[in-house]
Amino acid sequence: MKKKIFIPPVFCFLVFFSNAQDKYFTKTGKINFSATVPSSPENIDGINKSVICVMDSKTANIQFSVLMKGFEFERALMQEHFNENYVESDKFPKAEFKGFITNNNSVNYSKEGTYTVKVKGKLAMHGETKDVESEGKLIIKSGKINAIADFAVLLSDYKVSIPTLVADKVAKTAKITVNCLLEPFKG
Amino acid sequence: MRKNKKILFVICGILFVSAKAYTQDDDLLKLVGDDESSKKEYVKSAFKSPRVIHGHSIEFLSAGTMDFRILHRFGQLDQGYKNFFGLDQASMRMGFDFGILPNLMVGVGRSTYKKELDGFIKYAPLRQSTGKHSFPMTVALVAGMTMDGLPWADPNRKNFFSSRLAYYFQVIAGRKFSDAFTLQVSPTLVHRNLVTAVTDSNNIYSVGVGGRLRLSRRISLTCDYFYVINPLTDNTYYNPLAIGIDIETGGHVFQLHFSNATGMNERAFITETTANFIKGEIRFGFNLSRVFQLKKKRK
Repeated sequence: MKKKIFIPPVFCFLVFFSNAQDKYFTKTGKINFSATVPSSPENIDGINKSVICVMDSKTANIQFSVLMKGFEFERALMQEHFNENYVESDKFPKAEFKGFITNNNSVNYSKEGTYTVKVKGKLAMHGETKDVESEGKLIIKSGKINAIADFAVLLSDYKVSIPTLVADKVAKTAKITVNCLLEPFKG
Repeated sequence: MRKNKKILFVICGILFVSAKAYTQDDDLLKLVGDDESSKKEYVKSAFKSPRVIHGHSIEFLSAGTMDFRILHRFGQLDQGYKNFFGLDQASMRMGFDFGILPNLMVGVGRSTYKKELDGFIKYAPLRQSTGKHSFPMTVALVAGMTMDGLPWADPNRKNFFSSRLAYYFQVIAGRKFSDAFTLQVSPTLVHRNLVTAVTDSNNIYSVGVGGRLRLSRRISLTCDYFYVINPLTDNTYYNPLAIGIDIETGGHVFQLHFSNATGMNERAFITETTANFIKGEIRFGFNLSRVFQLKKKRK
């Protein structure tokens, strides 16, 4: 009698853990941002090395959280301007992407290899939320997933205004490169 | 036994539900503790420049940068067209400030007024921050020195090199109250080794008040005032007041202002401002600041 009673909770725990194993995450993902145009006097690019990314291989959900202040620029002044005048990091500290992999079925998470995926979702930044679609790659190797993508973001979509004085020196669309090495999430 | 069984079923039910809720929660980010708001973060850009107008501000240069500053103070506006509203008479200071650490900077400069050389070191033991272990304000300490470069007034008497020197010490306490508003108070001591009159004190105490009001993303209104507690004995000295706007254009910051002070170092503008702002003895001036990156921030 006693034995029988103890099975259900154990089973529940198993359910709990097996679900958690479908998830992958990182807190040290990289996102590169570039708004350089040929007429720029210097490279306008920043890199953020503390991107949070979580994905669920079962539900195909993938989400990113980026602290705007975490973008590092070669020049301190550029970084200051980026935060203060362009993305207004104090008002809008974070950018978030919430989406899903549309062709999740074509990815075999238990088999190593490179898979091309399509990701669709909403990118919230600078107080604006817009639909974003991009193609990316999932490289599955030794239990980890390397998520790679690059796409372009039209700055005016997010109400990031470029002063007329430098309008020809800053790109109107920023190139975003994502590179996250995701590890299994042990909940 | 039956009761036991019931309890276990309830527990198992709760566990099942919670496990279910966990997986269905579409906010995956919460799972990994995306709670960055608790991180300690220093407040930046309290002022657009390490100077309010005349005096030092609670703002520091970024580490590894150099600020090349060209300051101009013109003649009084009330001179009219004869001297082109004072623009014919320019006094200037050229200076180089260096950011060493996020809270440590040094600078040197030379003014045409009295051919004076000056240098300072500025350090903030406490910085305004948000998040964990935050602190509400920035406290900065400044120590500076000036050296008069004029020929001796009376070359026949015994002159000491030390007579050319003056020192200033300042504590700046300030807070960026919001994105738009910053206020600071700076008690200052100026010590001059040599004074002209016997009745003059070598130590001049003053309290500075500086503020910034951001009008738009790149333009802000600034105000810089020093109340001199024990001014020099003859009544020709006034408290320096400056009102200006900071305009930021990419790599430059222009600080355009109207003031009654000509001096461009602490000794000069605190102890030797001879014009009365209220009487309209105002002059135009500007600080031009250009920041250069000396050390690459990242590879």
